Amino acid sequence: MIRVVLPAHLKTLIRQQSEVALDIDGPVTQRRLVDALEARYPVLRGTIRDPATMRRRPFVRFFACELDLSHESPDAELPDEVTQGKEPFFVVGAMAGG
Amino acid sequence: MSGVRVLVGTRKGAFILSADGARKSWDVRGPFFEGWEIYHVKASPVNPDRIYASQSSGWFGQIIQRSDDGGLTWAPVGNGFAYDGVAGTHQWYDGTPHPWEFARVWHLEPSLSDPETVLAGVEDAALFKSVDGGVNWTELSGLRGHDTGAQWQPGAGGMCLHTIIESPKDPSRLFVAISAAGAFRSDDAGQSWRPINAGLRSQGIPDEDAEVGHCVHRIALHPSNPDVLFMQKHWDVMRSNDAGDSWFEVSGDLPSDFGFVIDVHAHEPETVYVLPITSDSVHYPPEGKLRVYRSRTGGNEWEPLTKGLPQSNCYVDVLRDAMSIDSLDQCGVYFGTTGGQVYVSSDAGDSWETIVRDLPAVLSVEVQTLA
Repeated sequence: MIRVVLPAHLKTLIRQQSEVALDIDGPVTQRRLVDALEARYPVLRGTIRDPATMRRRPFVRFFACELDLSHESPDAELPDEVTQGKEPFFVVGAMAGG
Repeated sequence: MSGVRVLVGTRKGAFILSADGARKSWDVRGPFFEGWEIYHVKASPVNPDRIYASQSSGWFGQIIQRSDDGGLTWAPVGNGFAYDGVAGTHQWYDGTPHPWEFARVWHLEPSLSDPETVLAGVEDAALFKSVDGGVNWTELSGLRGHDTGAQWQPGAGGMCLHTIIESPKDPSRLFVAISAAGAFRSDDAGQSWRPINAGLRSQGIPDEDAEVGHCVHRIALHPSNPDVLFMQKHWDVMRSNDAGDSWFEVSGDLPSDFGFVIDVHAHEPETVYVLPITSDSVHYPPEGKLRVYRSRTGGNEWEPLTKGLPQSNCYVDVLRDAMSIDSLDQCGVYFGTTGGQVYVSSDAGDSWETIVRDLPAVLSVEVQTLA
């Protein structure tokens, strides 16, 4: 089970304040994680990735395990702690230190 | 009994204000879509329970919300605003070419005849159409593809298409306005367009009376006389008697002819409302006095309407989509401010009351007149 923490604006959109739990078969990458997230909550399409380019929106960041993974390849596997559900994957609205 | 429902978009959510026809006692609901910018909320004139809302965020993009029960519940619909074909470029602030980039929906205009059909005016300026209640969107690309498109440039608020008017007497005729390209008209339901800016003169562009490049802030018309258009330009209040083919100035004795809003009385086609703002660099009312001005002569002669409005120390702005008019027998006028106040006049502007005074900054106000 993958744990995902969304920013407040997106929690409002999906009407869920708690972490999101996702089951993803096979390798867990940024791309497959966001695919699964959008499949579960179609309203998130276009809010994390640009719907035309499918790239991360400029003011969205991805953090996990105290690392900034925003600029990692979307097809790179996420850390084991994330894939094992020990650490959440954070989708963050970019505002330094906020 | 008749009543009104006021749809308010703010920097941090939407609000719905309801009252009976007396417009004295108000029910306030909201915020809806907390924390999101709500640029515009507007209902179908055919089905008053069908309401569309533009929800956006600089971080998380664009959402279109729809209610089918008068705003009690909402559901997100489509947000696929893709420019048709190769997007191309327009002018950037410095005059260099800049790629067209979608930012947000500024204005939603439901069809006068079909609740499933709605137009969206977006930044960077383009016009989109949905015929399935906002689920799917297609660009009416004849507008952005006009020969002048590469010359369009953003106003201070971005390059936004903020005004959409469907002619009440001819559904194939549409008017739009873009900051800072100007006004455009289509006579074939949005397939092809031509600039209608003859008579406008604007500083800040190399040729003051150029075909495009004018920062039009708002256009309004009266349904009984759709060839007569009233315009609040960046500077200047303008009038056209020929559906925009030519314009002449009617600023007359206004204390400032800069402003954003303009609207027309529901039952008197020659009664027009504006709200003067000091200047393009000083976005609050002249002398700190919040005054609506009314002309009963179709422009040029204006009277200040002040009763119930603050006449000292008022430094709010009223943005272009933030005035609306109801169609009750005693016409009501509404506007919202960047200070979070929404004002109502239930006597056509003679006197004003505050409906709410502490909302987030108001971006848009639309009123529905309910049977």
